[in-house]
Amino acid sequence: MHFFLEVLIGGLLSGVLYALVALGFVLIFKASGVFNFAQGAMVFFAALTFVGFQEVLPGWTGLEEGGSAVFWLAFALALISMIVLGVLTEKIVLRPLVNQPHITLFMATIGLSYLIEGIAQGVWGANVRGLDLGIEDVPVEWLMESSNILVSKFDVVAAGIAGVLVASLALLFQYTKIGRALRAVADDHQAALSIGIPLRHIWVIVWGVAGFVALIAGMIWGARNGVQFALTYTALKALPVLILGGFTSVPGAIVGGLIIGASEKLAEVYIGPFVGGGIESWFPYVLALVFLLVRPEGLFGEKHIDRV
Amino acid sequence: MFYREAGQFKASYQADQQIFPIRQDKIAVWALVLFFAAVVPVIADQYWLKAILIPVLIFSLAALGLNILTGYAGQLSLGSAAFMAVGAFGAYNFMLRIDGMPFLVAIVLGGLCAAAVGVLFGLPSLRIKGFYLAVATLAAQFFIVWALVKFPWFSNYSSSGVISTQEINILGFAFDGPTSKYMLTLAVVVILALAAKNMVRSSTGRAWMAVRDMDVAAEVIGIRPMRTKLIAFAVSSFYCGVAGALYAYTYLGTVEPEGFNLDLSFKILFMIIIGGTGSIMGSFLGAAFIVLLPILLDNFVPSLLGDLVSASFVSNFQLIVFGAMIIFFLIVEPHGLARLWQIGKEKLRLWPFPH
Repeated sequence: MHFFLEVLIGGLLSGVLYALVALGFVLIFKASGVFNFAQGAMVFFAALTFVGFQEVLPGWTGLEEGGSAVFWLAFALALISMIVLGVLTEKIVLRPLVNQPHITLFMATIGLSYLIEGIAQGVWGANVRGLDLGIEDVPVEWLMESSNILVSKFDVVAAGIAGVLVASLALLFQYTKIGRALRAVADDHQAALSIGIPLRHIWVIVWGVAGFVALIAGMIWGARNGVQFALTYTALKALPVLILGGFTSVPGAIVGGLIIGASEKLAEVYIGPFVGGGIESWFPYVLALVFLLVRPEGLFGEKHIDRV
Repeated sequence: MFYREAGQFKASYQADQQIFPIRQDKIAVWALVLFFAAVVPVIADQYWLKAILIPVLIFSLAALGLNILTGYAGQLSLGSAAFMAVGAFGAYNFMLRIDGMPFLVAIVLGGLCAAAVGVLFGLPSLRIKGFYLAVATLAAQFFIVWALVKFPWFSNYSSSGVISTQEINILGFAFDGPTSKYMLTLAVVVILALAAKNMVRSSTGRAWMAVRDMDVAAEVIGIRPMRTKLIAFAVSSFYCGVAGALYAYTYLGTVEPEGFNLDLSFKILFMIIIGGTGSIMGSFLGAAFIVLLPILLDNFVPSLLGDLVSASFVSNFQLIVFGAMIIFFLIVEPHGLARLWQIGKEKLRLWPFPH
């Protein structure tokens, strides 16, 4: 039972990170109908930019290396880079492709992901870098003492950050003027345009927010596993999360992430040994696939209606 | 002036139903095939045959397979490399386990294995479409590669799943040099390309296109979507499977499951985007483009820009160019190189007259 709980909690915590990446997808999909395959590349780009600035800033400004000033300055610069990236994407890629079929936009974002990966590595180099957020990767003591369950402190903090982020995004969506505009655009582009919501500004904001989410996700993943090319694969892990949760639902992304995270770890531990292990790589997809057969629109997605 | 079909009358049903109804097309295709079959083996050196022509042909076949599924039937797939892997490992096992297995039969059987797996992973397409289906094919991609690595039976218990292909021997003739391998690849590709060209204008092909354009409407006019989609998956996977078998046997010689990764699938997808979705010719143009582009970049970029940019940038230049090309083509010419060729033909038809 102990072991089961440990695996479950570990899975849920990594699921929070999947949810974080999936959240970036959902934001963009809701507002512009673009299935942004480049989200993984954006995570990579953001993390690499952050680490890169952290490395070069002390030399440029004379600030103390590893200090909090460098940290926040690098964070701000990375955030600005992500927003610039979002604006450029909207201007160069999406605007000429307005009104194209979804699949065309999807393929364009595959191209975009190659472009971003190439630029990121071209600017900052391809070597793996460590990223230190100052959180120790040690078991939480009181939980260890009281019930003998090993849960990494890092994972808990990461999940906390993700939780705060998700909650604040939900509040932003629900209670602010921008949030209302975003929801209006998500519902119906034309209706939103006709009541005077500037579609382009909204798209820029959405890509900016998605960039911010990518930066947070990239920093947490990067601190966990090092900032490296493998970060781009987080996007692939986020796909089954989206299918489970539905493409248009923020809560769906979170619940889907938790389910995928927990089930893949449980499957690895309990089913894995019978088939030779390593099933983590495909289990989420098959789970999503089976799920699709039963409920094609996902847990919280809108039901798809064919219009003739 | 050069491409006028005026004066070419079709006096019989047979003449009306030819694959290439215009005389210039027929001559051009024959000339092209003859050139590649008779002239190229003589003038091309080993490097060209081995490193450029054979992979271009093989990827053309794989792109053709994906084009049937994505371009004609409208079902986006991100798992073509996995189906290639099934074909390669299928053919390998048939050759290995059955004594005296003829090579051509083995690659056809390998292709059929891929078709069977393709149908299995195509089943979800009956209920889901678009990105959802793309994710379903990702499941195929990861599952198949995992299965080939995890079950050593597939690779005859070799370490790390690497297989070395057997010698190719057809009717006592050993295909061991690049020239003979090239000829074999060319023959298979030409036959399958002709079959595909024929198939897409048959009732099956028209049904694919109807489903692609609007599946509800297709269903209303009496096309069975399930059958049509599954046939598309089967044929497409068969083509990819044969391409995979050739990839193992005539191109690389040693393959491992990890070689058929998602990147390869994307590469094939890029081929049909750049070449032109829904075009047989586009598959060839796209494959040639994607195979040649990195070679060109590797050879010319360092010498042109070597001093201006850092070394790490040059190695990433490929990624950037690939990505930019995809976006460029999708924006400027969504129907790809094949469409440019089409426009060229229209122009040639009138030139040098204004109308």
